[in-house]
Amino acid sequence: MTHPTSTPASITSSSTYAPDAGKSPRPAPDSPGPAARRPAPRRVRDWLSAFVFTVPALVLFGLLVLVPMGYAFYISFFNWGGFGTPSDSVGFDNYTRLFDDPVFLGDLWRGFLLIVFSIVLQLPFALAMAVLLNQRLRGRAVYRMLFFAPYILSEVITGVLFSMIFAPGEGLADKSLDAIGFGALGGDWFAGQDTVLPTLFLVMTWKYFGFHMMLYLAGLQGIPAELHEAARIDGAGAWQRFRHITLPLLAPTLRISVFLSVIGAIQLFDLVWVITSGGPDHASETMVISLFQYGFKRYQMGYASAISVAMFLISLVFALAYQRFVLRRDTEGAITTMRANR
Amino acid sequence: MRALGNTSLSRRGFLAASAATGLGAAALSACGSSDSGNTSGKTEIEWWNITTTQPAKKLWAQRAKEFEAAHPDVKIKIVTLENEAYKSKMTAQTASGKLPDIYHTWGGGVLKQQVDAGLVEDLTDKVSSWTKDFMPAALEAYRFEDRAYAVPFDIGMVGFWYNKALFKKAGIDTPPTTWSGYLDAVQALKDEGITPIALAGKEKWPGMYYWAYLSMRVAGLEAMQKASDDADFTGEDFVKAGEHLKELVALKPFQKGFLGAAYSTPTGEAATMANGKAAMELMGQWAPVVQADAGKGLGEDLGFFSFPAVEGGKGALTEVFGGGGGHAVRKGAPEAAVEFLKFFAEKEFAEKLVKETGLVPVSKAAQGALTDPNLTAVSDALNKSTGFQLYLDQAYAPAVGQEINDSVAALIAGSKSPEQVTRSVTQVAKSEG
Repeated sequence: MTHPTSTPASITSSSTYAPDAGKSPRPAPDSPGPAARRPAPRRVRDWLSAFVFTVPALVLFGLLVLVPMGYAFYISFFNWGGFGTPSDSVGFDNYTRLFDDPVFLGDLWRGFLLIVFSIVLQLPFALAMAVLLNQRLRGRAVYRMLFFAPYILSEVITGVLFSMIFAPGEGLADKSLDAIGFGALGGDWFAGQDTVLPTLFLVMTWKYFGFHMMLYLAGLQGIPAELHEAARIDGAGAWQRFRHITLPLLAPTLRISVFLSVIGAIQLFDLVWVITSGGPDHASETMVISLFQYGFKRYQMGYASAISVAMFLISLVFALAYQRFVLRRDTEGAITTMRANR
Repeated sequence: MRALGNTSLSRRGFLAASAATGLGAAALSACGSSDSGNTSGKTEIEWWNITTTQPAKKLWAQRAKEFEAAHPDVKIKIVTLENEAYKSKMTAQTASGKLPDIYHTWGGGVLKQQVDAGLVEDLTDKVSSWTKDFMPAALEAYRFEDRAYAVPFDIGMVGFWYNKALFKKAGIDTPPTTWSGYLDAVQALKDEGITPIALAGKEKWPGMYYWAYLSMRVAGLEAMQKASDDADFTGEDFVKAGEHLKELVALKPFQKGFLGAAYSTPTGEAATMANGKAAMELMGQWAPVVQADAGKGLGEDLGFFSFPAVEGGKGALTEVFGGGGGHAVRKGAPEAAVEFLKFFAEKEFAEKLVKETGLVPVSKAAQGALTDPNLTAVSDALNKSTGFQLYLDQAYAPAVGQEINDSVAALIAGSKSPEQVTRSVTQVAKSEG
């Protein structure tokens, strides 16, 4: 609001007039006279009805989300086994322990790797498939459905399925590789400390790329065909059109998809739990798996809560930073429009 | 004025809404309480167990019906949960201080925590008259400071289950009784191109059995108890136990991909063993049942031998590592709960369970019903046992048990040394103390 001129006019055509539209009907707060008194009760009434309508949701949200969150934060300052009331206060010990714990530091590193893999490999692959299936293609509805199907499948079923496929020596993967003479490529899959993460990523890609592909397809449908047509007339090749029309206009979708992908990687649990339980020897452990191990296997609720708080902070910082710096262009229009209407 | 009227109206609305919320909360909490089930003048006893498999599930329900017939004023409500679900649910129940009247327990550290929290009935005087002929090894896990807190119905031990045909093929006529003999046998099997051992590396606890038995054989039972009491596992005997395990791992005796293998899945440890792809596994008395379930099963070819003694060690071949199942009673439960446990332990029913569900009997009276040669071998080993060590993940505090599982898994995977294992375990044990 403070610098409306700095925003590019092409994107925020509505926001350029927003400050004026907002200012002119709204009286200055200190302007006297009868005109100033009427809107005030109306505003109070608006707030009241907003309050009444949101109370049920707020109560539920408070009881089921805020209170447990606050409690987890409270517990994270105790050494508590989950029995009785927490009494052994340890200050910040659980948090300092986080930075000495090779497993937790490893979780952060593995989470980072998975995020990088996702952004560098999985999402471009999903984009390529989306562009491909956005063309006139015989049976493209069938392909779209096939590629989306894994996303609907439950994580547990996927996990059981792939632990059989990648069973060393006996699974479908090794047998197929053997049959075509590439037996040497097979190996430990989930059973090797070096191979487990790539194999897991393969399964994750299989499971989730269809979802991102669908997002991109929806985005691609929103790009006017005229733009491509005009560019073609101007002599732009396929790559140029992709680079200068498709990619910029798909950017909001891409930004959301990266956001979902990162949050998904931070929260990854069920798939890994079913396939490897974090093993072998922590090589595929994620933050949530550590949390579960410490909380529900070792009954160290305090430390598990500290992990959950750390996870919450990481997600929160990422989400806020991403909103502030990356999604800003996508959300700004919406917010200024709201202000204009008020 | 209109605005003001509106305000008070909505405030009333808000009060009503908050009152409704309060009612809702009250209703919800009403759903949770179930200890006073005397709606029809009957005493209701809630019995939580983990018997999900047939025919045991059916037989247990029948027994409850028979008890109800004999005691018309008692109603038994059976709640059957799956093993892992039961553990998580019990954690929550224990935290809230509301345990079921009768519930399954493995004894050891978890039961001790519940006893220390004052939630468990002391059964010593109520059951001693009819548990006199129970195997001492079976009662061990539920006794703290000479008081009994649960009645066992099942007992077992860990030992090597082996494929007689494969052993014969490798020229091993009698199962080894010493650690060096055992390593020789593993090498002989390998030389013959046979995978010596099936191991579920993903699940960690099967690997822990090796370290636990080696510690028992090298350091002895007293040292294990002392290590737990002092929260100090750094003694050189525990390091030595880890080194012996390393000797075994160095022979690469496990099946391909064992680090990712589960226990009872179609590609897991039990199936590998049952389909004749490995010569032995170190497992509890339930192994034959799971093998037959997960794979073809070995039938006559399946044999059992005790974990070998380690030369120069303080432990004996006859000391067993195992555990079983029992029933504990919540403090303040109706008298009928203990009555039912007595009824459940009667000889005819115990024999029926032995015959139909493959249980190793806890009372000597029911041992005549054993016919299966493998279970008879287990039962004999238990009867002859000169010492008993409960499963480490149950004997010790949960965090210590899990750390042993984790550290030993790391030792087997080659990322921790025997010294590091003892140090990690000690560190966790100290922080729990």
